[in-house]
Amino acid sequence: MSVDTATVRRVARLARIALSDEDAEAMRSELNTILGFVEQLGEVEVSSVEPMTSVTPMAMKSRPDVVTDGGIADDVIANAPASDDHYFVVPKVVE
Amino acid sequence: MTDLTALTIAEARDALRAKTFSARELTDAYLGAIDAANGALNAYVTVTPDKARAMAETSDGRLAKGEAGALEGIPLGIKDLFATEGVHTQACSHVLDKFEPRYESTVTANLWADGAVMLGKLNMDEFAMGSSNESSYYGPVVSPWRAEGSNADLVPGGSSGGSAAAVAARLCAGATATDTGGSIRQPAAFTGTVGIKPTYGRCSRWGIVAFASSLDQAGPIARDVRDAAILLKSMASTDPKDTTSVDLPVPDYEAAVGRSVKGMRIGIPKEYRVEGMPAEIEALWHQGIEWLRDAGAEIVDVSLPHTKYALPAYYIVAPAEASSNLARYDGVRYGLRVPGRDLIEMYENTRAAGFGREVKRRIMIGTYVLSAGYYDAYYLRAQKVRTLIKRDFETVFAEGVDALLTPATPSPAFGIADQEMNADPVKMYLNDVFTVTVNMAGLPGLAVPAGLSASGLPLGLQIIGRPFDEESLFATASVIEKAAGRFEPAKWW
Repeated sequence: MSVDTATVRRVARLARIALSDEDAEAMRSELNTILGFVEQLGEVEVSSVEPMTSVTPMAMKSRPDVVTDGGIADDVIANAPASDDHYFVVPKVVE
Repeated sequence: MTDLTALTIAEARDALRAKTFSARELTDAYLGAIDAANGALNAYVTVTPDKARAMAETSDGRLAKGEAGALEGIPLGIKDLFATEGVHTQACSHVLDKFEPRYESTVTANLWADGAVMLGKLNMDEFAMGSSNESSYYGPVVSPWRAEGSNADLVPGGSSGGSAAAVAARLCAGATATDTGGSIRQPAAFTGTVGIKPTYGRCSRWGIVAFASSLDQAGPIARDVRDAAILLKSMASTDPKDTTSVDLPVPDYEAAVGRSVKGMRIGIPKEYRVEGMPAEIEALWHQGIEWLRDAGAEIVDVSLPHTKYALPAYYIVAPAEASSNLARYDGVRYGLRVPGRDLIEMYENTRAAGFGREVKRRIMIGTYVLSAGYYDAYYLRAQKVRTLIKRDFETVFAEGVDALLTPATPSPAFGIADQEMNADPVKMYLNDVFTVTVNMAGLPGLAVPAGLSASGLPLGLQIIGRPFDEESLFATASVIEKAAGRFEPAKWW
C-alpha cells in the first residue's frame, strides 16, 4: 500500500502537524519507504493467532479508590506557556 | 593522586568507604572532565555542578557516619528522558522547551535514595527515536572512539548516545539510559561499554518521558559488567505508580557477576546470521561461542523463525504508541507554544515547530496505521506477529535453553551525517535488527564488548535471557568480559 499527497495531508491534519507543500512531498516519499518495508508482514500466517495485549503475563493491579495526592495546582501549571489563576489559557474556542 | 575518573563504580565505592578520597573530590574530578570534554563530545545537554557538589557533600556526611547507601557518592549522568525535579527534562526535543518538572522519576529517585550524585542531563535522540543520536535538538553527540588513522567524527549510537559516550569518555561513573528497540544495547556496543535492558516491568516507567509504552524500559550503561549490575540493583524496584511494574523482589545482581556458567545451555539462533553481515561480526560471534564453551556452557543451535518480522512489526507498534503518547505536546500545559489564528492552528504550528523530522515521521506513520480502515491491516496484524515472536522465544526456553548469544549490532559505529543512513530511514532502522526482537518479547538483553573491528572500533555481543533472569545475563557477560578484556578509546578530545 502506498500513500498519495492528499493522504499525507489528511494524516497530518489528524496528527495536528502543520505541513508545507514541500514537507508533504518529502513526507510522502519517506512514508512510502517505511510502508514498503512493513509490507512483508503480509507473508505471515496470522489467522489463528491472538494479538498481543500484554508482553508479560500480569494481572492489572488495583488499589483502594481513595485520593492519594492533590492540592498541587501551583505545580501543575508551573510549566504552562500561559495560565491565569490556576487555569491553562488557550485561544478563544467559543464565539 | 591517580585520575579518579578512571575508577569503576565498584572501585570508587570501596575507596570512598576506606576514605581514600572524598565524594566531593570524586565529583569535582568528573565536573573537571566534563568541562574539558563536553565542547568536543556534546554528551551533556545540561551540567548541574552546584547540585552535584551539594549531593556529594551530603554523601561525605553519610560516609563519615558509616551510613553509606549502595551508591553513596557515585557521580552519574542521567538521560534527558528521565524527569528530574527542577532540572532540564526535554527528551532533547524543542517541543518541551524550558520544561523543568516538579517531580522526580522513580528510577532517579531510587538512585538518589542510594546516595548517587547527579552530574547533569545527557544528550539523546529526540524522544529516544533514533540509532545515531543525530535527531537531538541539541545536536549530535560525537563518539569518543575514532577509527584507526582517522579523524572523522563517529556516532556513539542511539538513542542513549550521550549516556554511552559519557561513560566511555569517563564523564560519569555510570549513566541511566532507556531502550525501546535497542537504545541501550546498540550505543553500548558502539562505545565499548556494557548496557542492559532489563525485562519489561523490572524498572518503573513512572517519570520517564513515554515513547512506546509497551516496549520502553530503563536500564544502565556502565564501564563493566559489575558496574551495570550495581546500577540495575538500585534502579529496579516495584512501584505502585506504574501498573506494569512487577511485584518481584530485586535480586543482588552483583552476586551473579563471576558466577560459573558451567552446565548452562546457551542457544545460538540461526536467524541472526543475516545477509550482508560483515565477516568480522560473524567471527566475533564464533569467538563468543568458544569462550562460553570453554567456560563449561553447553552450546545448542536454535531457531527463532519469526525473527525477520520483528523489525517491520516494531515499525508499526512503536510509531502507533508514539503517536498516541506524543499527542500531549500541544502547547497548552507545558513546553513550546507557537500561536495560530485559532486553537487547532496553534496545535498544528506548535507541533510543526517543536518536533524534529524523525519524530514527525513516526507520529505520521503511527497516526496512519491507527486511522479508520487501516487498523486491522497494520496494527492488529503487527500485534499478532508480536505474539509469534514471543512464542519463538518461549519455545526455545521451554526446550531448556537458559540464554541466547547473538551479535549486538550488524556493524561497528558509522560516521556522523552518513549519507546512506540519512537518505533512507529504513537503513537507519536496520541498526536495531538484533536488538528489537527482545523488546517485542519483553525479555532482558545485555550488550557486552567482545572485541574490536578491523578499523579498531568496538564490537559487542548480546545475551538474551528468560523473563526476570537478569542474573544469568550478568554471569554470562562476565565470562565474555573476562576473556575479551575491556576496551577504552584513546583520548583525543
